[in-house]
Amino acid sequence: MIPMTHFLVLGAILFLIGAAGVLMRRNAIIILLSIELMLNAVNVTFVGFSRHLADMTGQVFGIFVITVAACEAAVGLAILIALNRDRTMVNVDEVNLLKW
Amino acid sequence: MEIYFFYMFAGGMILTSLLMVTRANVIHAALLLVLTFFFLAGVFVLAGAEFLAAVQILLYAGGIMVLYLFSIMLMNVEVAVRMRQWHRQGVVVFVAAVLLGLEIWAVLGEVEFAAPKQWEWSLGATPGNVEALGAVLYTKFLFPFEVASVLLLAAMIGAIVLAKRTIER
Repeated sequence: MIPMTHFLVLGAILFLIGAAGVLMRRNAIIILLSIELMLNAVNVTFVGFSRHLADMTGQVFGIFVITVAACEAAVGLAILIALNRDRTMVNVDEVNLLKW
Repeated sequence: MEIYFFYMFAGGMILTSLLMVTRANVIHAALLLVLTFFFLAGVFVLAGAEFLAAVQILLYAGGIMVLYLFSIMLMNVEVAVRMRQWHRQGVVVFVAAVLLGLEIWAVLGEVEFAAPKQWEWSLGATPGNVEALGAVLYTKFLFPFEVASVLLLAAMIGAIVLAKRTIER
């Protein structure tokens, strides 16, 4: 039996790595990949609680998180392709038309 | 025995995700994330979520990451590798990381977890994980399930409209 805190610490570490990637990288695709990593870190926590409480709800929410991640990937990549169409824009700080 | 496998999978996940965040080449990053998801599927199996482990590999490693790789093929990877890779906002990241770390430390230090409940089913028992998950998903969570399908439809239409070459008016 794996202790509950192990799942929580693993989820927290992965979430921190993903958050650092989102905040520190310029490449838009790497930022999207880091967001996927953060969503999966949440899934680790959900599944850990599902195991701990012997309740299926955590796993059901894991499925919903995967659904949202698929939507996010599709829309995010469509935006990236639209940005890449006229000129090469792969870095998020180059997209500053609406920036104050 | 179980715990050593957990440490192995967790260590693999942390290693591959750290490598993923630091790569300059996005194709390497995407493939490293696939590896992370395989380790994650191992963690799910250890936690008794066999269906989620299968979905993780089929949908994430097989579906979403292939979508990423196809999109990367449409972009210019060679140019991006030679650019500056990091934002110059180290102070912001440091403060955010310290705050998040303190928060997690406080939560994990304070909370006392009750003794874990025992699964009513075990590996190979009936009903298995898939059957139990389906029974909950299609009864108690039927409405969120339908909302998720509408969300997928909206994302599909949105992706098609955004990625279209020209929009007719």
